[in-house]
Amino acid sequence: MSDSHESKPASHAGHSAEEIDRHVRAAYYVFGSLLMLTGFTVGAYFLHLPKHLAITLALAIAVTKGTLVACWFMHLVSERKLIFWMLALTAVLFVPLLLLPTLTVADHIHLR
Amino acid sequence: MSMEIPYTVEARPDTGLTNGKIGIWLFLASEVMLFGALFASYVMLRVGNAHWPPGATYLNIPLATLNTVILISSSVTMVLAWASLARHDFAKFRVFMGITILCGFGFLTVKYFEYSAKFHHELFPATNTFLAIYFTLTGLHGLHVIGGMAVNGYLWGPGSKLWKTDPVHFTNRVENAGLFWHLVDLVWIFLFPILYLL
Repeated sequence: MSDSHESKPASHAGHSAEEIDRHVRAAYYVFGSLLMLTGFTVGAYFLHLPKHLAITLALAIAVTKGTLVACWFMHLVSERKLIFWMLALTAVLFVPLLLLPTLTVADHIHLR
Repeated sequence: MSMEIPYTVEARPDTGLTNGKIGIWLFLASEVMLFGALFASYVMLRVGNAHWPPGATYLNIPLATLNTVILISSSVTMVLAWASLARHDFAKFRVFMGITILCGFGFLTVKYFEYSAKFHHELFPATNTFLAIYFTLTGLHGLHVIGGMAVNGYLWGPGSKLWKTDPVHFTNRVENAGLFWHLVDLVWIFLFPILYLL
């Protein structure tokens, strides 16, 4: 198989050459950030912080890492509105999915 | 009579997206709900258990950290594989996609050693609630890694024939496979702290 195609598409699969370069540069920055944040997460574990602080910190770092992956690796920063509407609907359904089982634990019945 | 799937290369006028892109995002949304249900189960089990063991009691943090680095690296090589195609450099695509697949193998190999150590010490899903949810979450995630590797392997091998006849369509397929692979990475980013570190 040849390394390059004979009739190159002018649109670069819908992306300009500059856009692709920007995506690649961003990918390297995000990679560095993700490695650094992984180091922070593991480092925080060895600090033996109070339980609530440890949970808050670990989840905050995980959310930050997840946001970086979604925005830059999954190209959400330059995605169409329709995708955001789909994700918004998912989020609306996701929050009750997480909360409902937990709320059942908090729903204590006091017998007299 | 040929029945070609419409809008695999050019965007649909009404959505501004290819059908493949919409399809993969709908699938990812369903995946979020699947893992969301299991994360909710984890929270419920943990909150309802008075003596939840720290992850390090049973699990190996250095190995899990290594696996985190492997998956993050594979996400970058996946982006580079797609970017290589967008720049019409098929040879580089094969290199980066090959590295992505190898990273998948690396992740599963580390997981194999982790699981083997548990079984060797007679730690099974039935041993306690923590191990039950640990094996369920990491097992399902592992199946997703295998699924992603199968798709990536197809695109690296036999599926790459499409590059010769329809390069834009092939590039879009790689982008969509990449979206799934990044979700697998995203799920691990949350699994790592909640199972191993908290």
